[in-house]
Amino acid sequence: MKVDDKLVRRIARLARIKVSDSDVQHLEGELSSILGFVDLLSEVDTDNVEPMTSAVDRDMYERADVVTDGGYPDDIVKNAPERDDHYFMVPKVVE
Amino acid sequence: MSELTDLTIAKARKGLAKGDFSAVELCEAHIKAVDAANEALNTFIVTTPALALERAAQSDKKITSGDAGALEGIPLGIKDLFCTKGVQTTAGSHILDQFTPVYDSTITQNLFDDGAVMIGKLNLDEFAMGSSNETSYFGKCLSPWKRKTDDANLVPGGSSGGSASSVSARLVMGATATDTGGSIRQPAAFTGTVGIKPTYGRCSRWGVVAFASSLDQAGPITRTVEDAAIMLKSMASYDPKDTTSVDLPVPDYEKTLRGGVKGLKVGIPKEYRVDGMSDEIEQLWQQGIDWLKSEGAQIIDVSLPHTKYALPAYYIVAPAEASSNLARYDGVRYGLRVPGDDILSMYENTRAQGFGDEVKRRIMIGTYVLSAGYYDAYYLKAQKVRTLIKQDFDKAYQKVDVLLTPTTPSPAFAPGEKGGDDPVEMYLNDIFTVTANMAGLPGISVPAGLSSQGTPLGLQLIGKPFDEAGLLCAAQTLEEAAGLLPAPDKWWL
Repeated sequence: MKVDDKLVRRIARLARIKVSDSDVQHLEGELSSILGFVDLLSEVDTDNVEPMTSAVDRDMYERADVVTDGGYPDDIVKNAPERDDHYFMVPKVVE
Repeated sequence: MSELTDLTIAKARKGLAKGDFSAVELCEAHIKAVDAANEALNTFIVTTPALALERAAQSDKKITSGDAGALEGIPLGIKDLFCTKGVQTTAGSHILDQFTPVYDSTITQNLFDDGAVMIGKLNLDEFAMGSSNETSYFGKCLSPWKRKTDDANLVPGGSSGGSASSVSARLVMGATATDTGGSIRQPAAFTGTVGIKPTYGRCSRWGVVAFASSLDQAGPITRTVEDAAIMLKSMASYDPKDTTSVDLPVPDYEKTLRGGVKGLKVGIPKEYRVDGMSDEIEQLWQQGIDWLKSEGAQIIDVSLPHTKYALPAYYIVAPAEASSNLARYDGVRYGLRVPGDDILSMYENTRAQGFGDEVKRRIMIGTYVLSAGYYDAYYLKAQKVRTLIKQDFDKAYQKVDVLLTPTTPSPAFAPGEKGGDDPVEMYLNDIFTVTANMAGLPGISVPAGLSSQGTPLGLQLIGKPFDEAGLLCAAQTLEEAAGLLPAPDKWWL
């Protein structure tokens, strides 16, 4: 698996990480190396094998469908980099 | 009397109960040790001495009034991945360096309820991604160990490097740690400490900064197996706030600790004898087999044919889950914000500056393997391979009770020695530990001797699901046979 600069930029965009030209250069090699390593899996026959969906063999617990938490908006916004009253502030998204 | 910082948790507990020393004295001795070492070792991201002394004073009152908890007055370090109410929790990342949780993780709450005294928050690889504690935004942390042949610094392993190094250097009596691919057991092996990763679901993940949710599991790092049993008992609980937490009673691990290994069936998986493994690791493994055999265990060869696919499968599953978990760091609700022209560039700038190189690499790999058209080829394939790995273990456990392997393919290395050109070189550190994460099984690393260079080496035991009691019992036998390692020289004083 060879990762080129176009693919690095596409992945970075999807991951919402800004990359510089020099980042792209070394990421090409590093991502190629990792994807080359995981390509080892292609030799495993996984026909008729179910994917693992839970690390332990147990059913998910259910709880009563009631509100058990909440009511502390001060705490919720406490660590926000920008806030106004009980709102998270972001750059304008709608004209 | 020997120094208070040399005591085990078990012995300190007795000393406190008898009134040989107070919790405040014990706490002061550890704060002093940290102050003298932290500049050299950089194991703490932040220390909380005032808070610690206040808690220790409360512990003294409880001990006097007969209300002492299981860890009353015991000084511990907390990996800076566990949320602690009112104390910064950074995950070793710039993106969270201003984050102060308004709640405690279930595990730290359990420990504090039992009387534990937190000395501070411990260094780690950024978001627990690494095997050498070199990726922390707060600088690399070092092992207290050095080779006898040179004066080079050594890495403590990772990602729980600060935990392992602090416990080994006698800065705390025990520490919390987390293990996604080996991050408890590998640093324990590198620093001559005991590290147990319990079965997935045994300890609550609530309030622990998430890396890869189907693999992450917390556990203790201590200096003896007995101390690991004591700490794990306090950390483990069923927690309705973590949907993957398992509703099983937590046994009293101390009670069964000295049951021995007579009649225990110990499996030796042939696939762990890998190419390029050093002779001394091979010899250590054989030594472990001989020790268990002479205590009455039955040694049985087993095969885990999909072992070599565990690490590549891990490097699909873990980055995929990480890319999803770390999507929350967008500069809106908490953490760093770097402004941009619009909201998208704000996200991109924040994440570019907030994350380090290794974290970015893994987010990008995860993003790629989950992207449209590639999900089946990568993620689904890896989850199927995971099923095969689990089936290998299920088959082996029809014949044996526990598996014995080396913890790492090599002893500790120097900072900058691995992974500089190719990240995969660093990943290979976890080759023997990652299988237990992929199958959700408990694993423990026990110090088993010193390399020819005079640095610690560990042996790993992997157990059946939720049989931490059996695992600790076998580990205790190994520890007694190997003898406790000497403390590393305090070269930083």
